Amino acid sequence: MLLISCPWCGEREETEFHYGGQAFVAYPADPESLSDEEWAQYVFFRDNPKGAFAERWVHSAGCRRWFNTVRDTVTNEFQS
Amino acid sequence: MEHPDWLWRTPEPRRSYDVIIVGAGGHGLATAYYLARNHGITNVAVLEKGWLAGGNMARNTTIIRSNYLWDESAAIYEHALKLWEGLQEDLEYDFLFSQRGVLNLAHTLQDVREGTRRVNANRLNGIDGEWLTPDEVAKVCPIVDVSPDVRYPVLGGTWQPRAGIAKHDYVAWAFARKADRYGVDLIQGCEVTGFITDGDRVTGVRTNRGPIHAGRIGLAAAGHTSVLASTLGIRLPLQSHPLQALVSELLEPVHPTVVMSNHVHVYVSQAHKGELVMGAGIDSYNSYGQRGSVHVIEQQMAAALELFPIFANAHLIRTWGGIVDVTPDASPIIGRTPVENLFVNCGWGTGGFKATPGVGWVFAHTLAHGEPHALNEPFTLERFTTGALIDEHGAAAVAH
Ligand SMILES: [Zn+2]
Repeated sequence: MLLISCPWCGEREETEFHYGGQAFVAYPADPESLSDEEWAQYVFFRDNPKGAFAERWVHSAGCRRWFNTVRDTVTNEFQS
Repeated sequence: MEHPDWLWRTPEPRRSYDVIIVGAGGHGLATAYYLARNHGITNVAVLEKGWLAGGNMARNTTIIRSNYLWDESAAIYEHALKLWEGLQEDLEYDFLFSQRGVLNLAHTLQDVREGTRRVNANRLNGIDGEWLTPDEVAKVCPIVDVSPDVRYPVLGGTWQPRAGIAKHDYVAWAFARKADRYGVDLIQGCEVTGFITDGDRVTGVRTNRGPIHAGRIGLAAAGHTSVLASTLGIRLPLQSHPLQALVSELLEPVHPTVVMSNHVHVYVSQAHKGELVMGAGIDSYNSYGQRGSVHVIEQQMAAALELFPIFANAHLIRTWGGIVDVTPDASPIIGRTPVENLFVNCGWGTGGFKATPGVGWVFAHTLAHGEPHALNEPFTLERFTTGALIDEHGAAAVAH
């Protein structure tokens, strides 16, 4: 069980959260101009690093707010 | 006391091979075996950073079935199941293959509709399958609680009689022994750290034991595929997650088949030795640490108890995790990459064990000919661009 620090509520158990995957994946600024390859990258491709990973969580059973954090995908240690 | 004969040699890596396979799990070993057996290609090395079959091959719940919804999946999984049915003779090794059937339970109207549709799709593809009523479920597996007064009553289930289990370690050893006898070098403790390239093609791998050259390279590295591909700047639509499983202590035979339930999310069988073997869904977050969160185990045990009240007397002995590489459509990627001479077999997510001989067969073909076998042709990387997905999420009784 991960202990996750919500920026607004403090440390809470993982079961209060839902995972949102990679952080900072912006919706395309000019969607009509995207090629199929670019759409595929946006829709289906995400980074999958072994190590530091910027990711999103939502405190769904708490304040219900989204936040970004950096976690090590080997040790599970939160770095921010 | 003398050590019994080893099942395979422990060779030093040579400087070059016709084919290098990265990852000595079930898929890598089966690929090496079929490269030799079907294509006469024996100048092959299988490189393994840890010990042979110590990754997901050692950690899965050994369920074998082919009752997938879509034609592309049904074809490759049924090809695998047909191979399983003759594999003990072919490999001359008794790995306890037991066709005890699989029940996929339905607990909601949606489950019932999905299950009956899947049975019909399976039969159209020549795959055995039946829809069972709750009473018929109880006849197949008397310890399942089919009473109406539980939280998620059993409304029926799909039944594939030819499905079953096998002893996973023995399967790996059986493939390894035969591949070794063909002259394939199985090299453990040899970690691939990068690739040697010439223009836009690979010509070898860099390892902790020096560079090794190869004509063609096949990745069969499951959860670590992204890490390897990223050294060449290749991005794959994979996310690596922990998948946990558990066993009970050894019990007298109580459970005659394999039972899976997507809705309460558990799958359980009883190993030949007597342990109840259970698995659940993946942990939600990306991870390369081979462990998961305890609440996932708690949920899967709760689900198991709901279905099997008799399990209240059993004890949890051991839990573990493996790292599975999950694709957006819950189907694997088997074939070419943007880099010439580099091929991938990845994205099997939570369900790779059942495909072991089938994927070995088609990946060997792909490596031998430089192009896919008809059965893995649909499972390209390009499908995520063209949109020709093989969407088995929710379609294939997908808790594996
Ligand atoms: Zn909060």
